[in-house]
Amino acid sequence: MKKAFPWHIVVFLAPAVIIYSMFSALPLLDTLRLGFYTTNDAGVHRFVGLSNYHIILFDSDWSTAFWNAMWNNLKFFGIHMLLQNPIGLLLATLFSLKGLRWARTYRTMIFLPTLLSVVIIGFIWQLILSPLWGVGEKLMGFVGMANFFAPWLGQQSTALITLALISVWQFIGIPMMLIYAALLAVPEEVLEAAHVEGAGAWRIFWQIKLPLILPTLGLVTILTFVANFNAFDLIYSVKGALAGPNYSADLLGTFFYRTFFGYQAQIGSPTMGAAVATLMFLVILLGVAVYFYVVQRKLTRYEL
Amino acid sequence: MTSSNLTSSRSFSNIGRIWVHIVLCAYAIVALFPIALILINSVKSRDAIFDNPLAFPTLDTFSLIGFEKVLTNTNFILYFGNSLIVTLGSLVLIVLFGAMAGWAISEYKFRGSRLMALYLALGIMIPIRLGTVSILQLVVSLNLINTRTALILVYTAQGLPLAVMILSEFIRQIPKELKEAARCDGVGEFKIFFRVILPLIRPAIATVAVFTMIPAWNDLWFPLILAPGDDTKTVTLGVQQFIGQYATDWNSVLAALSMAVIPILILYMLFSRQLIRGLTSGAVK
Repeated sequence: MKKAFPWHIVVFLAPAVIIYSMFSALPLLDTLRLGFYTTNDAGVHRFVGLSNYHIILFDSDWSTAFWNAMWNNLKFFGIHMLLQNPIGLLLATLFSLKGLRWARTYRTMIFLPTLLSVVIIGFIWQLILSPLWGVGEKLMGFVGMANFFAPWLGQQSTALITLALISVWQFIGIPMMLIYAALLAVPEEVLEAAHVEGAGAWRIFWQIKLPLILPTLGLVTILTFVANFNAFDLIYSVKGALAGPNYSADLLGTFFYRTFFGYQAQIGSPTMGAAVATLMFLVILLGVAVYFYVVQRKLTRYEL
Repeated sequence: MTSSNLTSSRSFSNIGRIWVHIVLCAYAIVALFPIALILINSVKSRDAIFDNPLAFPTLDTFSLIGFEKVLTNTNFILYFGNSLIVTLGSLVLIVLFGAMAGWAISEYKFRGSRLMALYLALGIMIPIRLGTVSILQLVVSLNLINTRTALILVYTAQGLPLAVMILSEFIRQIPKELKEAARCDGVGEFKIFFRVILPLIRPAIATVAVFTMIPAWNDLWFPLILAPGDDTKTVTLGVQQFIGQYATDWNSVLAALSMAVIPILILYMLFSRQLIRGLTSGAVK
C-alpha cells in the first residue's frame, strides 16, 4: 500500500524554510551575484565579471581603504583572541570552582554588559574616556597615573585598540558562559579520581579540564572570528561611518556601509557594496572552513 | 552542602579562595562601573553631573529632569513600543516556526531531511548582514520599507537557524513512548506537536528566547537601513540619533540611556536561570 503524501511534514517545515530562504539564504546568494554587476545612472544592471573586485583589490583609490580595513579587522580579532578569550577562560574557571560562594552573582554581574546595546556601551565609554568630563582621568588619578591619561578614542594611534578593548569588555560574557557550561560538564568522577591520585588544582586544570573543554575553545574562537569580521555597530556609534581619525578604526563592516550607502562626496553603490560583502563572506567562509577542517579534525583525533 | 564544602576545602585552600574572590570582585567592578555611572548620573541635576560625576545623588542633587524631558519632548515612548513590537514579534515567529521545523527534522525520516537540517544550520555561521544589499532591494520591492514587519521578518530569518538547532536537539531527547502512545490513541501529528511537544520543550524555548531577543532588541544595522523613518525607529536607533541631537543636554542623554538599559536588565532577570540551564544541558554544542 502506498502511503499518503506526508503533508504534515511540509506544513511543519514550510514557514521556517520560506522566511529563512527569502530573507537570509537567497539574499546572500543574490548579493554574491550582484557583485559581478554594475549599475548605470538609469539603475540598469550590467554584467561586468570580476571588474568590481579588480577595482577594490587593485585600484589604489579603493584598495588602500580595503586593505586598511582588512588589516584593522585582523588586529581587532587579534586583540579579542589575546584578551577576551583567555580572560573569559580565567573567569569561568574561577567561578566554576566547587562550593565557591556568590558564584551566581559574579556570573550575572560580569555578563551584564553583554546584554546591552553597543550604542549604549559606546557612549558610556566615550563619556568615561572624554577629557572633558574627566571621570577616566580622575580614576587614574586615584592610583597616581593621571599623567598617563590621553584621549585614546580620538588619537589615530590608539583609537582602534581602545575600541577593541571596549568590545572585549562588553562581550567577554559570551566566551565566559560557554566555557563555564563546558566546565560544568566535566565529569565529577574524573576530577575526584585525579584528586585522589594527588593532583593539585593547577595540574587538574592543565591536564584534565583544559583538554576536555578544547572543543568549546575552538567554538569560541570561530564565534569570535565571525563576530569580529562582521563588527559594525560599535565603530559606527562611536566614530560614525568614517571610522576616524583618518580611517584608523575602519573595519570591513564600516567600509561595507560606506561603499553601499556612500559618504560625503562619494555616491553609494549597491553593486560595489555587494562586492565588498562578497569579500567579507569569503573571509568568514575561510575562517569557518579552517575551523571545520583543521580544528575539528584535530579534535576528533584527540578524542581517539 | 556540608559534603560539597568538604570536597571543595580539600581542592583549594582558604587563602586561594580569598584570591579568587578578590579577582572576581575586581572584575565585577570593572564590568559594572560604567553602567552604574550612567544610572547614577541620570538621576542627578546638571551641575552635579559635572561637578562630581562619581558621587551618588543626595537630596540636594537628586533630579529627574532628564527623564521628564525625554518622556515629554521626544518620541521615546514610541521608539520603545516599536522595539517591543519588533522584538516580541520576531520572538514569537522564531519560537513557533523554529519548533515546528525542529520537530519535522528530528521526528520524521524523509528524503533530504539531513540536507534540510544542514541548509538551515548554515545560517548560524554566516551573518545575515552580508545579504543586506539584496535584502534592501527585496524589502523595497515588497513595499515594506519603513515598516516593523520588515524588521520582524529579517530578525526571524536571522534567529531561525540557531532556534531550529537548539529546539531539535531538545525534541530528540523526548522519550519515544510519549509520542507512540499518543499515536496509538489516534492523535493527529499537529495535535501531538502542539499539545505534547511544545509544552515539554519550554526550558529550551526560554533559552532560544534569550538568544534571539537580545540581538533583536540591540540591533542597529537593520533599523538604520530598513526602517529609519521616525514612526518605525527602534529604541537603539533612537538613542543613537538622540545622542547626536541632544549631545549638550546631558540630563536627557543619560536618562535616555538609562531607559534603554532597564528593559534588557529586567528581561535578563526573568530568563537568566533558563539561560544557564539551557547552556549547561547542552543546548549549545
